[in-house]
Amino acid sequence: MEREQLIRTMESILGTEGVVHEREQLRSYECDGLMNYRVVPDLVVLPETAEHVQRIVRTCYEEGIPFVARGSGTGLSGGALPVESGLLIVMSRMRKILEVDIPNQRIVVEPGVINVWVSQEVADEGYYYAPDPASQVVSSIGGNLAENSGGVHCLKYGFTTNHVMGAEVVLADGSVVHIGGGKAPDAPGYELLGSFVGSEGTLGIATKITLRLSRKPESVRTLLAAFEDTEEAGGAVSGIIGGGIVPAAIEMMDALCIEAVETAVHPGFPQAGAILIVELDGPEAEVAKQFDQVIEVCEENNASEIRIAEDDAERALFWKGRKAAFAAMGRIANDYYVQDSVVPRTELGNVLKRISELGKEYEMRVANVFHAGDGNLHPLVLYDNDNPGEAEKAEELAGEIVLACLEHGGSLTGEHGIGVDKKKFMPKMFTDDDMNTMQLLRCAFDPHGLSNPGKIFPTPRLCGERPGPFHMHPIQQAGLAENF
Amino acid sequence: MDTRTENVSLEDLQKIVGEEHAREATDEDAVDGVMPQFVAEPGSVEETSELMKLANDGGLTVAPRGSGTKMGLGNPPRDLDLIVSTVRMNEIIEHVPGDQVVRVQAGVRLDDLQVQLATEDQMLAVEPPERGAGATIGGIVAANSSGPLRYRYGTIRDLIIGITVVLPDGTIAKAGGKVVKNVAGYDLGKLFTGSLGTLGIIATCNFRLHPRPEAGQTVAVELGDTLSAGQAAQAMVHAQLVASAVELHWSEDHKLLTVLIEGIPPGVEDQVETASYLLKGFGDVRTLSDEEVKYLGPLDPPRVGDEDVAIKIAHPPVELTGVLDSILGATERRGVTPRITGHAGTGITYVALSGGDEIARVQAVDELREIWVRRGGSVVVQKAPVQAKKMLEAWGPAGDYLGLTRRMKDKFDPRGILNPGRFVGGI
Ligand SMILES: Cc1cc2nc3c(=O)[nH]c(=O)nc-3n(C[C@H](O)[C@H](O)[C@H](O)COP(=O)(O)OP(=O)(O)OC[C@H]3O[C@@H](n4cnc5c(N)ncnc54)[C@H](O)[C@@H]3O)c2cc1C
Repeated sequence: MEREQLIRTMESILGTEGVVHEREQLRSYECDGLMNYRVVPDLVVLPETAEHVQRIVRTCYEEGIPFVARGSGTGLSGGALPVESGLLIVMSRMRKILEVDIPNQRIVVEPGVINVWVSQEVADEGYYYAPDPASQVVSSIGGNLAENSGGVHCLKYGFTTNHVMGAEVVLADGSVVHIGGGKAPDAPGYELLGSFVGSEGTLGIATKITLRLSRKPESVRTLLAAFEDTEEAGGAVSGIIGGGIVPAAIEMMDALCIEAVETAVHPGFPQAGAILIVELDGPEAEVAKQFDQVIEVCEENNASEIRIAEDDAERALFWKGRKAAFAAMGRIANDYYVQDSVVPRTELGNVLKRISELGKEYEMRVANVFHAGDGNLHPLVLYDNDNPGEAEKAEELAGEIVLACLEHGGSLTGEHGIGVDKKKFMPKMFTDDDMNTMQLLRCAFDPHGLSNPGKIFPTPRLCGERPGPFHMHPIQQAGLAENF
Repeated sequence: MDTRTENVSLEDLQKIVGEEHAREATDEDAVDGVMPQFVAEPGSVEETSELMKLANDGGLTVAPRGSGTKMGLGNPPRDLDLIVSTVRMNEIIEHVPGDQVVRVQAGVRLDDLQVQLATEDQMLAVEPPERGAGATIGGIVAANSSGPLRYRYGTIRDLIIGITVVLPDGTIAKAGGKVVKNVAGYDLGKLFTGSLGTLGIIATCNFRLHPRPEAGQTVAVELGDTLSAGQAAQAMVHAQLVASAVELHWSEDHKLLTVLIEGIPPGVEDQVETASYLLKGFGDVRTLSDEEVKYLGPLDPPRVGDEDVAIKIAHPPVELTGVLDSILGATERRGVTPRITGHAGTGITYVALSGGDEIARVQAVDELREIWVRRGGSVVVQKAPVQAKKMLEAWGPAGDYLGLTRRMKDKFDPRGILNPGRFVGGI
């Protein structure tokens, strides 16, 4: 289909305000939160309903046009990077909360709904939505689902995948499926929902999502402890977890990170080699006792200072400092590259040492902020784009860090996804057989590879289907045209 | 004799797994009355792979088996030549207490694993009823078995962090890893959870672990009627309690809602007090002795006799009263006796139907299925005599995802050799 004709078709579905085709406007969609990859999409469409999505995708299927879903575009692995000569389907006009069902502890939302809106919607009822990525004030539930996003409270309460109960999905051929039980558990059949969550937009587009709501805990207590270095802070982390405590959150920041955050949002953090923010929640009596235990462990590990949040305002300040960590890097460096990888918790010390060595080797600064409880590191490699070659060097260093994590039994990514950014590393973690088997799933959902192609896997697998869906075109079927 | 098994002899199997680990099948190996020809017990992932390749090339149909506690789940197989038993693959490969993760081979028994984990005050937070009968990890994952603890910890799909599988063509593939937080690649661990051996053979699994609670106590309320059952469950679910389980036990002998509170002693005492207070409005409240707890459960499906039909009704949790009323209605009219247990907090209700004749029991299930599928749930047969199964279809209707489900099966098992017919939609 000619571009002009495609625009007209899309406008007939969405109206003119739902289609973006001016070159200048298209540019604002050329990348997501990972800015070193850019592709200007051919066309951007903004559906308002699931039916719109279905008709858009159906058209793509019939014409063999690849498409990419985009939520809020905060992804950090290039998941929502457009594909050339493809359509970008932006979910930002699908932002309705469709149903709140407190008795069943469920909420049904459209994919463009912003993460934090969910908790806000049910706060008065004493409920909240547990997964809380640092981007929660902007990122969408659809994007969270596609990335299986984590957050600081996921150590205790699980990731997005543990809180998504059902989804309506438009598959790449335009058909609609409802996967997961939604309100009733254990739908018969394969765990299609568990397979879909975290698939980075490559298996279809979620148009309606049922989430589990959690009861707010009776008691929440938060402390901040300062240490001389990350090693001592790491010792405290091991002590807490080894003592059988499952904190709601346990986050670490190193000196460089503290400095940046202090400059950016002034949370009044102590000057230290490392700080931990530890939060416990649950039944009052249990929290009280375990909180004392945590304090003890921090002291045993030579904490130089322990601050206990006296009220919600002070707790919020601690978290403001933590959640601002990425953005704060802008205060101490012109540019930064966010890495996301995982190591077994017991390897944290070794890997942090290795990261610091690598930093020295490359003569670059690396700030560390991470979810210490589950070994999910976010090294931030600082650089200056104005210095020729530095961006490449930063990316190379970030790559070395990922490989070090793998060597210590970890993973390429804990929450930001593979996207385009890390697909080259996939063979370091998985064999060809592993990846080919994973792609069988893709072949079942999207045999022609139209949904977000070129992501996750370095080499797409052919599914043994007829090449391309062109034979489906009704004009051809009616014998009116040859395959062109 | 079967033409397919002419392609493969017992010696062929023995060449792979060793003479003493492959044999002719006996009556006890039958699955829902369908007799296999052979049983093979591979000792490693590689042997499993070779067996599968042999079966696939020779066109042999295969049923994977752990301890065999769930072989009654699903429809009778259309066909069965070879049982591949994982019992020899029973190694706990790696337990790292500091990381709270464990890697095990599929044939490890859950009970054995828990003993090992307990030495470090840890546990795998699942408690399926078949555990006492020797259920293996692979079987639990394949059947998606769960127990009362799912209220707090979720089901095995929430605990699995990595998997190695063997596909019908012998491909050995892994996904996930040994860290709890990991989004690299597709989550095959979840796809294989509940796949009932129809996609491949689960060879090893990695799990996240939890600390063992120091103390625990069960509070129970005596229920007068189905309305109070539903209300009591809702009261527990919406309280700020952190219960490990909210269970229902409903039979001629007793009608109880029980709440398991676990944690550290001061917290447990406090919460038991709160739970008791909240439950008082629904009936007499008491804390249960260990013996009583043991007697009560977890028994889902409740103890069943050979003739009985056991089903699992999955429903929105708030519908508990309606579920109970529908069960009582569907059985009373037909002279069938129900025994009901359930995970009242999560919307799972198990019913064992006994008494009455077979047709009556089957009709009761049909009636319940008609109601609860319409209301967004499902009714799955857990166990039934073959005769009843033939009338019932184990899974009931699947939704609009059935086509996708079939495509998944076709991609993983294009020749359809794994457990043909046992799964949803006749897969
Ligand atoms: C400052 C900052 C902090 C962050 N902190 C965290 C954090 O703490 N934890 C964390 O996990 N991540 C974090 N992220 C990463 C990012 O916010 C998450 O990945 C988020 O879930 C992306 O949501 P989005 O709406 O922006 O999705 P996008 O970036 O628009 O898209 C992400 C992926 O989802 C797909 N997608 C979007 N909508 C749909 C849909 N409806 N159906 C199917 N696929 C869809 C896209 O194709 C793409 O592959 C952070 C990012 C930033 C910039």
